[in-house]
Amino acid sequence: MSEKYVSLRNLTLSYGKTVAVPNLNLDVVEGELIALLGPSGCGKTTTMRAIAGLLTPTSGTIAIDGRDVTRVAANKRGIGLVFQSYALFPHLSAFENVAFGLRLQKMPETEIRQRTEAGIATVGLAGFEKRKPAEMSGGQQQRLALARSLVMEPKVLLLDEPLSNLDARLRLEMRTELQRVQKKTGVTMVFVTHDQSEALALADRIVLMKDGKIEQLGTPHQLYAEPATAFAAEFMGFENIFRVQGENLVSDFGQLPLGFKATSPMLAWRPSGVQVGQGPLNGRVSASSFAGGHREYVIDTALGQIKADAPIETLEVPLGENIAFDLPKSNARQLSE
Amino acid sequence: MKNLTSWAIIGLTLTFLIGPFIIIIFAGASAGESLAFPPDGLSLRWYLKVFTIESFRQSFVLSMGLAIFGTLAALLLGIPAAYALNRYELPGAETIRTVVASPIIVPGIIVGLALLRYMVIPLDVTVTVALFMAHTALVLPYAVRVVSSSLNNLRSDMEEAAVLLGCTRLQAFTKVVLPNIRGGVLAAFILGFVTSFNQVPVSLFLSGPGVRTLPIDMLAYMEITYDPSVAALSALLAFMSLAIVFIAERLLGFSRYV
Ligand SMILES: Nc1ncnc2c1ncn2[C@@H]1O[C@H](COP(=O)(O)OP(=O)(O)OP(=O)(O)O)[C@@H](O)[C@H]1O
Ligand SMILES: [Mg+2]
Repeated sequence: MSEKYVSLRNLTLSYGKTVAVPNLNLDVVEGELIALLGPSGCGKTTTMRAIAGLLTPTSGTIAIDGRDVTRVAANKRGIGLVFQSYALFPHLSAFENVAFGLRLQKMPETEIRQRTEAGIATVGLAGFEKRKPAEMSGGQQQRLALARSLVMEPKVLLLDEPLSNLDARLRLEMRTELQRVQKKTGVTMVFVTHDQSEALALADRIVLMKDGKIEQLGTPHQLYAEPATAFAAEFMGFENIFRVQGENLVSDFGQLPLGFKATSPMLAWRPSGVQVGQGPLNGRVSASSFAGGHREYVIDTALGQIKADAPIETLEVPLGENIAFDLPKSNARQLSE
Repeated sequence: MKNLTSWAIIGLTLTFLIGPFIIIIFAGASAGESLAFPPDGLSLRWYLKVFTIESFRQSFVLSMGLAIFGTLAALLLGIPAAYALNRYELPGAETIRTVVASPIIVPGIIVGLALLRYMVIPLDVTVTVALFMAHTALVLPYAVRVVSSSLNNLRSDMEEAAVLLGCTRLQAFTKVVLPNIRGGVLAAFILGFVTSFNQVPVSLFLSGPGVRTLPIDMLAYMEITYDPSVAALSALLAFMSLAIVFIAERLLGFSRYV
């Protein structure tokens, strides 16, 4: 098991004069499912295309399984890519779509047949062999695209937001499906998403990207519990992020006294980490909505708006009324800038 | 009232569009000796006579050959051109598009004269070669345009998918792009064929002794013999064009591409 199965070294990627990804360093462990997570335009697709060989790096190297492939053509790298749009071949049946790559390898017809059928079965599409892509649902097309890449037994399988075109229910179903296929085949997967819950649910490790750079890299648990920067914290659901100045929390709007001594330049609380109903601080309820297990408050304070989730048992405070709250030390996440 | 007006307009339009066609059909079916409408009695003798006129037979073969091979040549040039214009950010792509389209923008008379003066005479090519080159050039704009529009509907990530599955760029083109623009290519072929076959002004300048396209030959024939056979032939040709377009529409929804 190689720790550096895919290895990006000082990779710079640009479109003409605009640099999309400056100096990226990343190692992907063999057999893991790693997620590239980040907001739109942060360079996720660009990085994928470079790994696949569809985009030539301006500088830096890409190695796969110990071999430098920076100058190797896309069709010789042994990498699979599932496109966001699936990019299925509309003129071919499901069977022929999956068999496409195998046929190019000039293998005997019986082997093509056998591997294609196995691939189609793996993604649960047995019986759909004769359908054209246009005659299949979004989820089925997505699975077909997955099968088409999988039968090639790629060294690495790249997936570019493969679930973003699916409705919520199907997306959950396909998540499980992807995990199952990954465990079954053991293929190294790099998965692009801008949905943090998807990354958290699926990945062995998450690469959080911002402006073409890695903001933080870690297991889902590490990122969720210990985001290091304000950007990471925001992505991981810490909606209340403030600067620390001496004994106070400050924002662009004003300040509030902090009840304890902070050692970091910033502090963050999840809505669920804000204590509502009692505490030394005060604000006015400006929005309140029932969310099943809890009630979501938006509280107007001297710091601006604070989002707080109150357990459903606590007394409801009507809109416009004063509400007491606390930003407790135990729930505070310390952040660097 | 409003309804009546719109029907009147539709009726007039149809009369002017289809009227001449009907007149030609009947003028050709005349039993008399000269071209006239209404016809002098009805018979099919002129429709049959058309097939016995040697010069018509020769020029029909020439026109057919020009239409088929000129259009094929135009597609051979036009498909890669359309592909390149579509897929790569070429400097001056707009200019290239305009230049390629110029044979349909510039009047045929001028194209014909220019070809005669600056190609046929200085290069001393044979009439057939000159006609072939002219027809190829005339059909090229249609080939580029129609193929372009079907390429526009084809996402380029499909080719990338093919490459990642092991295709070379060329294989990706032949195995994925071509099959998916087949309809557009066929439409371009039919449009080019009909355009080339009916082409008059350019061929007028380039036709030489003994080598004439069918429309030019018909003009020449009429100058000498004013009998209904020309009308009969025109009607037959119109039916041929109609049949081709009808079949094309049935087979692949031709009108989507034009
Ligand atoms: N073909 C291109 N030409 C010029 N700039 C591009 C091109 N493709 C992407 N970019 C730029 O490169 C940067 C990274 O784009 P990229 O497509 O990698 O983002 P992404 O993280 O995949 O975003 P999304 O989540 O929206 O798909 C963006 O700023 C984008 O504007
Ligand atoms: Mg993207």
